[in-house]
Amino acid sequence: MVDLRRAAAIVGVHEHITRYAPDKSELQIQAESIQKALEDAGLEKKDVDGLFCASMSVRSSGLNLADYLNLYPKMVDNTTVGGGSFEFHLSHALNAIHAGRINCAVITYATQARSGGVSVGTGGISRQGHPRLDPSPDSFEELYGLTTVGLYAMIAQRHMHLYGTTSEQLAEVAVTMRRHASMNPEALFRDPITVADVMRSPVVSTPLHRNDCCVITDGGGAVVVASPELARNCKQKPVWIIGAGEAVAHQGAGKRDLMYIAAKQSHVPAFEMAGVTQKDIDMAMIYDSFTITVIETLEDLGFCEKGEGGQFVLNGRIGLGGELPINTDGGGLSSNHPGMRGLFLLLEATRQLRGQFEGTERQVPDCKLALCHGTGGALGSRHSGGTVILARD
Amino acid sequence: MTTYNKPLPTINGETKTFWDMARRGTLLIQKCDSCNEFQWYPRGICANCWSSEIKWFPSTGRGTVWTYTITNQNRTLGFDTGPYVLALVELEEGVRMFTNIVECDPKDVSIGMAVEVTFQQATPQISVPFFKPAS
Repeated sequence: MVDLRRAAAIVGVHEHITRYAPDKSELQIQAESIQKALEDAGLEKKDVDGLFCASMSVRSSGLNLADYLNLYPKMVDNTTVGGGSFEFHLSHALNAIHAGRINCAVITYATQARSGGVSVGTGGISRQGHPRLDPSPDSFEELYGLTTVGLYAMIAQRHMHLYGTTSEQLAEVAVTMRRHASMNPEALFRDPITVADVMRSPVVSTPLHRNDCCVITDGGGAVVVASPELARNCKQKPVWIIGAGEAVAHQGAGKRDLMYIAAKQSHVPAFEMAGVTQKDIDMAMIYDSFTITVIETLEDLGFCEKGEGGQFVLNGRIGLGGELPINTDGGGLSSNHPGMRGLFLLLEATRQLRGQFEGTERQVPDCKLALCHGTGGALGSRHSGGTVILARD
Repeated sequence: MTTYNKPLPTINGETKTFWDMARRGTLLIQKCDSCNEFQWYPRGICANCWSSEIKWFPSTGRGTVWTYTITNQNRTLGFDTGPYVLALVELEEGVRMFTNIVECDPKDVSIGMAVEVTFQQATPQISVPFFKPAS
């Protein structure tokens, strides 16, 4: 394979601070984020020649977004594979920049899931009547009341059955994310919680409690990716992309072992490309739609053996100050989860690699290598996984 | 009899035989004539070898619960009135399908539990397969 290490860098980031924005449009949140991210990089509208985005709605497709921004990019990528789409976008931007087709890509996302009253996890297929189902697979699935929470809960149930994972171990993930959120002034929920608090929260779908589930927010952001030549002239120190891998996992005609998730496949090329191992990673951004997502992802990325994820997250190991701090912004479980969260993984990893929180407890000390893994879709039916490894100079 | 208010399948040429036989109380899965693999959900090609030599095959309708969840919260009409068991059942033929476990207390469901198919008539044309504890 062509050596793509350091073929492109993240040079600008912006996270829209909003968690509730009923008066804005998705396109407006994206536009504001792109402006700020370009400003962060020291670049301008005229520099952007690649537009990468995914959306919960067609309103924010690449076509509509280019129209709103009055941009004429050379490349538009609307890859939409659920919440982890943005790790795929970064992987594609790396290819496109290395090939010389573009020099500067913007990756962006926004939604108004909270102000729009979207029941992301428990809405099922519809709140008003039933839409026409596709003949397959919907007509063999949606008849039975699938919800996003339910599709992760089924995996949690079997994880407990096979490996003895406990609700307390799942809760530990939520508690750690909340501790991180308490250090993030923009996080939705910042008051510390205990394992007992999680266990007392209502059971949405056994064995998952409400606090095992991510929050629902509005929000958005943008990432600017540049060629090495352009990156050298940017305001910020470059955060290099040194590894990328993509995968999907599905039912495999009714026979695939659903306990192994897409991360099992996607991390292999990412680590191979980067030439590093799990032990070298200083911090990780692990898509935390649910507590079980974190445990399964840590296992299948190879940070621990299959079935040991429940033990791995104990004793502060995944907290700031631990062996592998994850989701130092508070994650989807406490900071924000505007329908899709993959973009925010890239934002926080970049902030950590820049040392942006130096002098505060939120900073991972001497952070040189970060891994982001986005999961989109549902573990119990079909999902995607995108792994990227980022490095500072 | 209470009105069936859960979602209904859309039936096309690819799936008509399945729903015709479901109405008669038979659960069909598919088997490839070329590579002999079973598959679920029904589709127009073999998911293994991509042959179009797909044949309908009557399942025994028996299996075990591979995993499940008792869902307390779903805003979808037909599922918004209380706990129900969403499950993946592994049929004796080796394929797993989504279903609900019915005719038992949700608290009595467990992984590995033996179950068998039962059909509920949703409309005069459509009967939907569910699973209940094996007799």
